[in-house]
Amino acid sequence: MTSTDPILTVEDLTVRFPTDDGLVQAVRGVSYDLYGGEVLGIVGESGSGKSVTSMAVMGLLPRTARVSGSIRFEGKDLLKISEKEMNTVRGLGISMVFQDPMTSLNPVYTVGDQIAEAITAHHDVRKDVARKQAVELLDLVHIPNPQQRAREYPHQLSGGMRQRVVIAVAIANNPKVIIADEPTTALDVTVQAQILEALQTAQKETGAAMVLITHDLGVIAGQADRVLVMYAGKAVETGSVDEIFYTPRMPYTLGLLGSLPRLDLKTERLTPISGAPPSMINMPSGCPFSARCPLAQDICTREEPRLEAGANAGHLAACHFSDQVVGHDPADLFRTSTADPSEPLPATVNPGENE
Amino acid sequence: MSAPVKTEPVLSARDLVKHFPIRSGGVIRRRVGEVQAVSGVSFDIYPRETLALVGESGCGKSTTARLSLNLQPLTSGQVLYEGKELAKLPGKEMQRLRRSMQIVFQDPYASLDPRVPVNEIVAEPLRIHGLYGDGGRERVRELLHTVGLRPEHGNRFPHEFSGGQRQRIGIARALALRPRLLVLDEPVSALDVSIQAGVLNLLEDLQEEFGLSYLFVSHDLSVVRHVSDRIAVMYLGKIVEIAPTEELFEKPAHPYTQALISAIPIPDPRKERTRERIVITGDVPSPANPPSGCRFRTRCPQFARQLSESQRERCVNEEPALTDHGHGHPAACHYAETRQLI
Repeated sequence: MTSTDPILTVEDLTVRFPTDDGLVQAVRGVSYDLYGGEVLGIVGESGSGKSVTSMAVMGLLPRTARVSGSIRFEGKDLLKISEKEMNTVRGLGISMVFQDPMTSLNPVYTVGDQIAEAITAHHDVRKDVARKQAVELLDLVHIPNPQQRAREYPHQLSGGMRQRVVIAVAIANNPKVIIADEPTTALDVTVQAQILEALQTAQKETGAAMVLITHDLGVIAGQADRVLVMYAGKAVETGSVDEIFYTPRMPYTLGLLGSLPRLDLKTERLTPISGAPPSMINMPSGCPFSARCPLAQDICTREEPRLEAGANAGHLAACHFSDQVVGHDPADLFRTSTADPSEPLPATVNPGENE
Repeated sequence: MSAPVKTEPVLSARDLVKHFPIRSGGVIRRRVGEVQAVSGVSFDIYPRETLALVGESGCGKSTTARLSLNLQPLTSGQVLYEGKELAKLPGKEMQRLRRSMQIVFQDPYASLDPRVPVNEIVAEPLRIHGLYGDGGRERVRELLHTVGLRPEHGNRFPHEFSGGQRQRIGIARALALRPRLLVLDEPVSALDVSIQAGVLNLLEDLQEEFGLSYLFVSHDLSVVRHVSDRIAVMYLGKIVEIAPTEELFEKPAHPYTQALISAIPIPDPRKERTRERIVITGDVPSPANPPSGCRFRTRCPQFARQLSESQRERCVNEEPALTDHGHGHPAACHYAETRQLI
């Protein structure tokens, strides 16, 4: 399903926020390609920079943000075009599904009107035609009684239904890229399953490529074709979903997989990753994961490893010792401890990054 | 988890009911309805075991947990701790009993007073019960050490700690009075996954070391599989299935349990993409107006697709009892059938 040229290319994206405590380096040189029709999963914990990266793509960062690098889409660098031009890209070329449907939808307009508005904003169609299309879209995302629902207001719908409306708005103009930022995190698990199904339908109908951002590795395992693992503002591993889950090459990825309690396996001791992510203001030199890494050596604190391929060209990891990671279980490298008594107190929480 | 010792239960809940009134707006606020948050819940918790209450939002699990500790008055029903009915105890005795029953809350940012240093937060239960005395300082240091924190950090404030560390402070506070029962209300839900694991391991070790019983409330079945001995699945104020952990996952009998297990994503691409899915449609009905008969029938895939007209009538008119229909554990469904899903 993928074509040969990437639809979206992010190159060396850097985002910094000036704060009273100093310059927060939320994103420190992230690059990725997105190909037509594929799902790229971006996974990371809080503070990894995964959301800020996508906000940068959509041009939704606060004005204080200092951004550098390039984001190429349809022959344009999104970081260099005017706000007017960006408005045509948003919603038409690239659309977004956020975590909280209640703040994504306008409470004083009906659901049908909001979908119709997305259409009329970019196309010269009559309002009644747009409203008809809105009903069709509601049907596409499996909302029962779409005619009636189109006339209702967001507060009259449940969380799951509202998220479907947000998805309908996102696909109203057949975008080339859909960015879904934690689309199911706020929802109950049985509703999550419905929404993921709606997203899959949305993707198939439009043929769009999707960037799926989440901290939930189970969702990534089920939905993504390729995965980008982020830590402390950088991409630390990227590869196909099988490569990341079955043969990770970066210790953080391995530790993360080992710390997950499994639904399908009997209980074993979990392997937590001791410590906490580094301060984004005073980044230590070298690899940001070195303080928590069981394989860390001198070189790790001096030199930040670059993202490099191993045996498979598409599977890249940022680690000086990635060959020592391959083939190991998390328990081989990480202790199954309860706590690290030497765990330091973390520095202040990063502004500009949501939980 | 060590095997539960089957003697007398530490805590017994019998037919717990909690309804919250809904009042109309305006000057005279009449009662116009009720939210039936908990509608007849019964369970026992034995020494050294972990019983999990699992369900999605609005199922009543958090309310049930608070009722178990007598933190809210019951509409009806009884909670017995070591055989004594809590609602009937005189104030002083209830106060004394509270030492044995403690709670750890979900939100590590809201459950600690931001203006009080950590030493004092952990010491507070000791002070309230007049147990601080001579050994108090040492006890606080010991508690901080037990949960994996450095006692030297005791004079710092909550905001200086990470979410995982704050949750440990909450646990240290809960252990101060040497309780027998700990109620944990979504204790790791607000934490990053790699930090969750450390706190879960800690809870395991503490149970082993201090012989604690846990009532573990969570929406996350993967976490629950890891920590509990028995699981009670709740839906709209009722327990729909209750079973030992492995049995619940290997042979779930209630359609809701099956759907819940089915919906949880597994971090294994091959398994996740090839497993059998039971997708339930629709939304949870309002607890102010639950469906008649079986409360799950409006979303039940079996009701929708497999039952005959007369069978459906039974679901509409007759509330299914939580009994063993021959599957080895109780399930509240007239037509329960076990299915292997993972």
